[in-house]
Amino acid sequence: MGKLALEGITVADFGNAWAGPHFGRTLADMGARVIKVESLRRMDVIRALPPWPTDTVPTLNNSGYYNWLNRNKLGVTIDLTTAKGSALCKELLKICDVLVENYSRGVMERFGLDYESVREVNPQIIYVALTALGESGPYRNYVMYGRPQVYMSGLAYVTGYPDEAPHPINISWGDPVGAHHAAFATLSALYYRKKTGKGQHIELSQWEGMIGISPENILDYTLNQRIRKREGNRDPFMAPHNTYRCAGGDLKWVTIAVASDEEWEALRKAMGDPEWTSDPKFADGLGRWQNQETLDGHLEQWTSRFTQYEVTQMLQAVGVAAFPTLSNRGLVEDPHLNARGFFEQWDHPEVGKRTYDGLLWKMSKTPGKIRQRAPLVGEHNNHVFGELLGMPQDEIDRLVEEKVIF
Amino acid sequence: MPDRALTGLKVVEFGNLVSAPYCGKMMADLGAEVLKVEEPGRGDEARRREPFAKDTPGMETSGLFAYCNTNKKSITLNVKTRRGRAIFLDLVKEADILVENNPPRLMEQWALTYDILSKVNPMLIMASVTPFGQSGPYRDYKAYELNTYQGSGYGYISTATYKEPVLPPIKGGGRQSEFGAGQAAAVASMTALFARDLIGEGQHVDLSIYELMAGQNESAIEHWTYAENEMGGVTNPLVQPICPLPCKDGYVFLMCVEDHQYDKFVEVMGHPEWVDNELFKNRFVRAEYIDALLPLLSEWSEQHTMEEVFSMAQAAHVPVGPAYNAKEVVESAHLNARNYFVEIDHPVIGRTKYPGAPYILSVTPWKIENPAPLLGQHNEEIYCGRLGYSKLDLVKMTQAGVI
Repeated sequence: MGKLALEGITVADFGNAWAGPHFGRTLADMGARVIKVESLRRMDVIRALPPWPTDTVPTLNNSGYYNWLNRNKLGVTIDLTTAKGSALCKELLKICDVLVENYSRGVMERFGLDYESVREVNPQIIYVALTALGESGPYRNYVMYGRPQVYMSGLAYVTGYPDEAPHPINISWGDPVGAHHAAFATLSALYYRKKTGKGQHIELSQWEGMIGISPENILDYTLNQRIRKREGNRDPFMAPHNTYRCAGGDLKWVTIAVASDEEWEALRKAMGDPEWTSDPKFADGLGRWQNQETLDGHLEQWTSRFTQYEVTQMLQAVGVAAFPTLSNRGLVEDPHLNARGFFEQWDHPEVGKRTYDGLLWKMSKTPGKIRQRAPLVGEHNNHVFGELLGMPQDEIDRLVEEKVIF
Repeated sequence: MPDRALTGLKVVEFGNLVSAPYCGKMMADLGAEVLKVEEPGRGDEARRREPFAKDTPGMETSGLFAYCNTNKKSITLNVKTRRGRAIFLDLVKEADILVENNPPRLMEQWALTYDILSKVNPMLIMASVTPFGQSGPYRDYKAYELNTYQGSGYGYISTATYKEPVLPPIKGGGRQSEFGAGQAAAVASMTALFARDLIGEGQHVDLSIYELMAGQNESAIEHWTYAENEMGGVTNPLVQPICPLPCKDGYVFLMCVEDHQYDKFVEVMGHPEWVDNELFKNRFVRAEYIDALLPLLSEWSEQHTMEEVFSMAQAAHVPVGPAYNAKEVVESAHLNARNYFVEIDHPVIGRTKYPGAPYILSVTPWKIENPAPLLGQHNEEIYCGRLGYSKLDLVKMTQAGVI
């Protein structure tokens, strides 16, 4: 078997919900040994979130969200609210290179697992606090989820139609953004550690991370005192630039974006040079932008005659950016993603064999790998405590009985 | 002076706009040397993108460019000329990482593929970021942010509504998929750096923006493969209230995933009579009757400002967040208490506030040491200082269109 890029790195993943576990998964997919620490006293919230297989009762192990996010990880249970649990955890942390947590502030302190305490048992550890709003500041103890965070970043204010409310994006976008920022900072810290032997503490605010990937919004204010508003699908200069209805169903759309006169001429030709396109007001970019409402109306009359894929093929053939607006089902059925082997199937004792989206990028010599499915609750307790930490079985059994391994 | 995490790491960046440059920025801001290769006379496309300082376009006034290219060195180089391409190979020979976001067929045309570059430098890590990746039927498709954002599932899920009409898909503001890809490219490149120590050579990272975004869609794929839930159009959310509420001066987003959070919000509202209605007794029933619930919640929230709702609700541990606009973000008491924004001096733009560090590293902090470079600002330093050309050579190469 080929090498995995991050083999030899061990991560303690205390993540809950999306951000922390996504960080853990990113490193696990690339070969790190990631140990997810949970507890029956308080389970990771996403073990209780949909999707569940059709016509089944939710259990602790059959959530598609959990199984998607926690592949490639080992799972242990430790009740961190007990002194023995905290001590057991510190034994585990002695063999870890990285720790990630995204609890509310103060929780890791209560467990006796704050950075100072952990550093005592493992000074080289990279300790990653993947917080929502940061470890300092007046809001640091606020309760924050991903979707309200999208609102706070300024992104919702500039997403949506002009006469509608700010649009929520509909996923907790700050989570994967925060997770990838954290992964980069962590790998950079490990790179530095290789040369110097020094560990360090890394703090992230997911809120700040999201602001950092919406710079135009901020800079139009700091440079020009302009407060940007919602513009639908419009672009500062491209036109046409929108979503257009297609044939084949009520919810079938294609996006088309034209950035130059050259692309416009190609679009005209692909449509068979309909008369409306020779109107002088559409002759150049500025004219098309100023009259895009009319232009969009005409263009949609054309796209409505064809399917999303037909429009895409016709326009891509002449160098015009067009692409279907695919649903999750459309993605699973998309020929390109399938040709690239993006989807993987793996088996699971409760949900059976299912298709999942796979690795987020391809590497030519050390490709990431889905080596194992997400862990059942406490599935690797014996392996981690027995084999990795060398604890005798009767000690493990005793801690299970005492509900420390719990 | 504190150490920098990536001191000694040599990066060549060869691309435009965001998906390669943001990767370069992340590395430069932690201390890597990032040589940005730009087309002579034109430079990075981002130089022609708003917002422009004082709404005045120019080669050096784009705020987007100034943000995405902090700490980098700029050289102008035309790789389509024989000497230009040879210089590019010289730069790559000394680099650890090359990050680029050019269409694959152009890299083939310029004879700068991984196959060719890896022979010049077997230790090179090349990260290629494109809409559809280096393989597959859509490899040579053209796509802008609108296409990759909406195409990868986010457009469709944006249509989810609990009642008619279904509005057409909406694009997220800014360049979320392009920045997302830039981040991922930075993670993937560092991963390949670790691999290099294990296998003794570099490799090619193939990042498709479309594929990346499809894989970051909060288990939307599994909603289809587990439960055949297509997640768009008229859909009935499982629990409520998870929704925007209007305030006197804007909106907040309320997210009561659990019953106890809603119960606390009820107390924040002063326990109005209507809350005792059977239709609102738990989060599942509330979802069925959201049409009745929403106007009642709005009636309360409309009497208050965003900040009032925010602080009252958060004092009761109810998850809520205001829909801040750019001004409100920049003036946030919390963000300013954390010194989040950074002021950067730029020779043309002047002194301006920018978004700051995405992370705080205790030993090797993030730092802006230099503003984004002027076009070709480091030609002399690199061509004369490192590659041995004379100043007169540069004069001639400029006129010949090489630099």
